[in-house]
Amino acid sequence: MSVLELREITKVFPGVVANDHVSLSLEEGEIIALLGENGAGKTTLMNVVYGLLSCDGGELLVDGRPVKIKSPRHAIDLGIGMVHQHFMLVQPLTVTENIVLGHEPARFGVIDFATARKKVLEISARYGLKVDPDSRIMDLSVGMQQRVEILKALYQGARILILDEPTAVLTPQEVRELFAVVRSLVNEGLSVVFITHKLEEVMAVADRILVMRDGRLVGETRPSDTDTVGLARMMVGRDVVLRVEKAPRACGDTVLEVDGLHVKDDRGLEAVRGVALSVRGGEIVAIAGVDGNGQREIVESIVGLRKPTSGTIRLKGEDITHASARSSIEAGVSHIPEDRHRRGLILEFTIAENLMLGDHRLAPYSTRGLMRPTAVTAMAKRRIVDYDVRTPSERVLASALSGGNQQKVVVAREIGRDPELLVAAQPTRGLDVGAIEFVHRQILKERDSGKAVLLVSLELEEISALADRILVIYEGRIVKEFAAGEADDETLGFYMTGGGGSKLAPETGATGARGEGER
Amino acid sequence: MSETHEALPEQRRWMGVVQQIGAPVISVIIAIGIGSVIMWVSGYDAGAAFAALFKGSFGSPKAFGDTLLRATPLIFTGLAVAYGFSAGLFNIGAEGQLFMGGLAAAYLGVQLAAQPWYAAVPVLLLGAMAAGAAWAFVPAVLKARIGAHEVITTMMFTYIGKYLVSWLVVGPLKAPGQIPQTVTIGTSAQLPRIQTLFSEATLEALPFLRFGRAHMGIVVAILFAVIMWAILKYTTLGYEARAVGFNPTAAETGGISVSSTIIKALCISGALAGLSGAVEVMGVHYKIFDQFSSGFGFTGIAVALVAKKNPLGVIPAALLFGALSAGSGLMQLEADVPQKIISIIQAVVIFLIAAESVIQWFIKRRQKEALSHAG
Repeated sequence: MSVLELREITKVFPGVVANDHVSLSLEEGEIIALLGENGAGKTTLMNVVYGLLSCDGGELLVDGRPVKIKSPRHAIDLGIGMVHQHFMLVQPLTVTENIVLGHEPARFGVIDFATARKKVLEISARYGLKVDPDSRIMDLSVGMQQRVEILKALYQGARILILDEPTAVLTPQEVRELFAVVRSLVNEGLSVVFITHKLEEVMAVADRILVMRDGRLVGETRPSDTDTVGLARMMVGRDVVLRVEKAPRACGDTVLEVDGLHVKDDRGLEAVRGVALSVRGGEIVAIAGVDGNGQREIVESIVGLRKPTSGTIRLKGEDITHASARSSIEAGVSHIPEDRHRRGLILEFTIAENLMLGDHRLAPYSTRGLMRPTAVTAMAKRRIVDYDVRTPSERVLASALSGGNQQKVVVAREIGRDPELLVAAQPTRGLDVGAIEFVHRQILKERDSGKAVLLVSLELEEISALADRILVIYEGRIVKEFAAGEADDETLGFYMTGGGGSKLAPETGATGARGEGER
Repeated sequence: MSETHEALPEQRRWMGVVQQIGAPVISVIIAIGIGSVIMWVSGYDAGAAFAALFKGSFGSPKAFGDTLLRATPLIFTGLAVAYGFSAGLFNIGAEGQLFMGGLAAAYLGVQLAAQPWYAAVPVLLLGAMAAGAAWAFVPAVLKARIGAHEVITTMMFTYIGKYLVSWLVVGPLKAPGQIPQTVTIGTSAQLPRIQTLFSEATLEALPFLRFGRAHMGIVVAILFAVIMWAILKYTTLGYEARAVGFNPTAAETGGISVSSTIIKALCISGALAGLSGAVEVMGVHYKIFDQFSSGFGFTGIAVALVAKKNPLGVIPAALLFGALSAGSGLMQLEADVPQKIISIIQAVVIFLIAAESVIQWFIKRRQKEALSHAG
């Protein structure tokens, strides 16, 4: 008997059918993957199951009994747990406090933390979810926080666990650990729904794959019966090039030259410790590394948003070490920021207003401080077509666009400016395969037209698809350099997690030992 | 699918305009309703009271003139606060900048008494703008450089400004006589009353032009509302201010200097507040004394809120508050209702507008959620 069954679930939002008669079932001890592009309706469907949204039609059965789930509380009582893409944890509280929140064991109105802590340890041992029950959430890594979320669902008695895009924020190592956890959960008899748009993950972890497109279930398959290309076709509805073809590189002169760069992070700690790198015209140099190893600080120094403590940055021989963001843009540096909502776009602005950001002081968009609306509109209309932004008009607010289209606006602005150097920080974060393909094509087009590209990415797949040279960063230093195709993911992962440091030590003997001592 | 739901905002444009205008109107109607209940409970005749209120604000050309008179400084302070809002700044100290603007106008008006009006009036207005901007400059720099919150600093500067004027009018700038006030400014520096611009014959023929005490400041005010609207919409100055107001991080990434934008925006806000003081001096009192503003700087905050930071919306919003204040006298006289009732109605309007933006925000969030779920 299915632990969870959906029959003809339909959910309509104003102007869009998010779920169109979707039926599926989940067996005990099974992992199903819900695969689809952003906006296919996966999360909506699971929010219906979790009681966050009510459905407009169809039926839900838990353990064979029809139920109407009215709230997350109700879903939890029925044994359904959900880990959202954005964690819902209270940062200053400890792991235990977060886990018991809402279900605190109490005696005479006083929370019994000893019992709570014991129970948390018990569950974490049983499922192999190691975590320190007394740490504060804000001191934990993202992967650890996710564990806490899973533990919380288990503590509340979940038998069906819904994971919404759980790998979006994890490193390759953390992803592997998560998969191990998921397998141990199903071995204990739980059932898991895994929402994702990443094809390899589905192949690696799912028992059964359900593909959604435009709110409908368009296919069901098993990893043994298909491959990533087949899945992509099912998901997008057409053939997708997972790896954009790349012409051999034709290198020009050095465009970007960084030497001896030291940069402090927001907390005043040294995040970049003596980085030297160069990018020539017509090549893509990728910085590979686990998040938080100084990538952000390098990028921000190059684009003029952060002042380095020492070192030099040169663009075509010209010193731009201390250039402001504005003069850096004017010198020919474009920047696709890692966070499009925070840095990339002004969501309350229209598409046209966003497209001129950074160029708004220049002709033809403005002259002597006066805007030239006709020139702006013409440019916006042209770029909307050139960069395939799906919108009825350039006057639509950026906030009304889907994530993929928002990123296209950023890419259109930064590449459309025709820069000397493009700095792309995680340019495809959170995008679906169709949009990733598009962004990758644009970046390669820049390179092929002889421009320099510095790519920062956490996705090894992206790096190996685009990079001509790969620099591995660890704790603020470039620890290794590879040419394209020279290193596989395992090797990169090894250096990314500090493997290179200990390996270097014996080779250099005494100096290596001194280096260890200094740390 | 994407086509359909992304078309929605476009369709909502007109609905949005209706909402923008409709919401404040509904708020006013509800506020009048609540005011009626309060009066009824307290044993007053609400019907008579509102009739008198209307009569006192729109009932005759002279009454309408009174409304215009009181709306004039409110348009300037409303614009001042609204412009600050656009750049994400809350200039709560418009009152202090108003005092400095008034002081500059009162001083220059005496110094330039011999000049013709076309020389004196622009110099007084510019001087008041400079004084208001200067009074906002220190808080602006503190905000831009060390992040000191403008709500605190502009408020503190209000006290300094008010007491500075209090001291000057009893001390160095005191006019001869018993009353603590400055010397009357030159006639050429004064803003004439509107009805004096027409000949007696014209007024006989067109009696609705007898606007009583309303002066040319209202024309200057409306002109500035249009200028501010154009600045926000059609200049890089306004574009950068709005960008910083919405998302300073993205603005910074786009090469906009956040700190200089903040300084510019707060100084422009101060300049507008300074003009408010100038028109009061040049059009109403012709001198400055320590009670010359009845809190126009603070009412300006309410005006800006009702106008939803739109410079053109400031005009009707200021007229509304001007009318409430103009009519309250007659209301007290004819219906024996205390003027404080007007303060209650004003408070309810502000409350409802604020509540409305909370509701709007909530609706928007729901819509955004729905859209993000749908893609």
